[in-house]
Amino acid sequence: MKSSRFDATVLTLCFAFLYIPIIILVVYSFNASKLVTVWGGFSLQWYRTMWSNEGLMDAAWVTARVGVLSATLGTVLGTLAALSLVRFQKFPGRMLFSGMIYAPLVMPEVITGLSMLLLFVALNIDRGFWTVTIAHTTFTMCYVAIVVQSRLMTFDRSLEEAALDLGCPPVRTFFKITLPLILPAVIAGWMLAFTLSLDDLVIASFNTGPGATTLPIKIYSQVRLGVTPEINAICTILIGFVTIGVILASISTKRTELRRIRDEHVALRGTT
Amino acid sequence: MAKSLGPVKRKFSPWTDPSAVPFIRFENITKRFGDFTAVDNLTLDIYEREFFSLLGPSGCGKTTLMRMLAGFEEPTEGRILLQGKDISGVPPYRRPTNMMFQSYALFPHMTVEKNIAFGLEQDNLPKGEIAARVEEMLKLVKLEPFARRKPNQLSGGQRQRVALARSLAKRPKVLLLDEPLGALDKKLREETQFELMDIQTNLGLTFLIVTHDQEEAMTVSDRIAVMDKGVIMQVATPAEIYEAPNSRYVADFIGDINILEGTVSTTESALGAPGAVRIDCDGVSVAVEQECQAVKGDRVAFAIRPEKVRISPDQPTDTSFNAVYGEVWDIGYLGDFSVFLVKMADGRIVRAAQANVSRLVDRPITFGDMVWLTWPLDAGLVLTR
Repeated sequence: MKSSRFDATVLTLCFAFLYIPIIILVVYSFNASKLVTVWGGFSLQWYRTMWSNEGLMDAAWVTARVGVLSATLGTVLGTLAALSLVRFQKFPGRMLFSGMIYAPLVMPEVITGLSMLLLFVALNIDRGFWTVTIAHTTFTMCYVAIVVQSRLMTFDRSLEEAALDLGCPPVRTFFKITLPLILPAVIAGWMLAFTLSLDDLVIASFNTGPGATTLPIKIYSQVRLGVTPEINAICTILIGFVTIGVILASISTKRTELRRIRDEHVALRGTT
Repeated sequence: MAKSLGPVKRKFSPWTDPSAVPFIRFENITKRFGDFTAVDNLTLDIYEREFFSLLGPSGCGKTTLMRMLAGFEEPTEGRILLQGKDISGVPPYRRPTNMMFQSYALFPHMTVEKNIAFGLEQDNLPKGEIAARVEEMLKLVKLEPFARRKPNQLSGGQRQRVALARSLAKRPKVLLLDEPLGALDKKLREETQFELMDIQTNLGLTFLIVTHDQEEAMTVSDRIAVMDKGVIMQVATPAEIYEAPNSRYVADFIGDINILEGTVSTTESALGAPGAVRIDCDGVSVAVEQECQAVKGDRVAFAIRPEKVRISPDQPTDTSFNAVYGEVWDIGYLGDFSVFLVKMADGRIVRAAQANVSRLVDRPITFGDMVWLTWPLDAGLVLTR
């Protein structure tokens, strides 16, 4: 089919709409001028000053710690939730529980953030690093649960039965058979959780306290005072992280696919 | 019909010995899933070194029975004894049984040798011993060159062998096989059947196999239990099941059979043979030489295998009984056998099978011919159930 001029135009417009803001942000991070809108030649100075901007660096460090910790906790809890939802088909309240695990996905973040805040206030917990981490764990575990659940749906339970039958107790069976096989889904869940935690502004700003400013909060508050090229620089680095992550993920998917095809060839050749 | 084609089995029939102690005993086992009764008050004895088949259509409870022995399901009522010990409540990982799964359930993230070693590693055997046992198993199933491969790098037949090796590696007291050959093509299936029999005999193990394939059950088993709706219909050797089914259900399930419904007209030795029965099957008079409980006036079925029916264009000397006249309505050519479907005047069809002993393509009997079907007194049997 010949691609018409109309199609080409629509495609160009869509991609321009998607990527021009990002390209502008990246290009101006290398701007020598302090003015965001005026090009003053190429320079890496904002990347240098960014490193010495303690407030920004502290925020980045807090975000990284919150991200890793909440993603890990959320992955453990989400995986356990997925297991119990898929495995124990008929326990009282299963429908309620499975509905409730999805609720935070559609719940406006403002409400999740506010309700967590009210909980911490009621428990008289000082807001800070741990409250943000707990809040992030709560909202990311549902995403993990859904990713892992969809993998478990297609998991052949006779594999676990075979392990039990061969003398392997249930807990060891989970670690030797089930976990290695669902690991790709668990890792995908972790990465999703980490990314969600990384860029969350709303829930974090409800539950944060002094000394626990995350990067999105920091960026947002700085932008209110005016955009500096440093912000452009740190955002460019974030974009770089995400891009590398996406590329690595797609390469690993591709390689799994290639290995599967190769295995099939080997199997066909080896047919007796 | 494949009757025991395999190597001639040793004389082995502990079930006929009243002093023999059963190895496995299912005692009044009932299993319900909600409202559905999968197994209904079933009692069954299986003896050591027996190759025992549970045969029946899907949903008859055979797999549930096996899973209860493996420990994946607990009976709702009754108990299971293994070597005289009640194994209720013993989890699957502490039972001396191993199972070969229908899907093979090979661990996809482990190589062939790791799969086979898995059960041995659970027993914390020394490394050297595990390696030796894995080697032995690979040799047994002829898979030595494939030890380092992953299951998805193997063909269906090879996977089946790995699954067998893995389930045999721990030298279980009882090996459970759930539709073990279902996924293989016919030729490979037949080969594997004989290999299974060899392995079972050589290792001296007790095999319990679940299958819906009657030919498979006939070929490999010492005894077969035919099941229907959670109940055992008959337990007997393959030959007994085939030649002396105890009910219409078993007769119809195993192989091909003609069944004519009728009424007992005489039970006296009117034909000079003691225990003979005469049945009037709506105009067809049938005489059978068989001891049976039926009395005059009972509704019974007369059953006869097609290969025991003679077909001929010539009228027999005595047409007063065991003779049917009809038209050849269809011929099924099976290569080794031809099956003639003969339609009587009232529309009932009787099948007669004839071995194709000559290489003639032009058969003496063909479509539309009028023929006589006859059979001797001891060829058919009376079914009261």
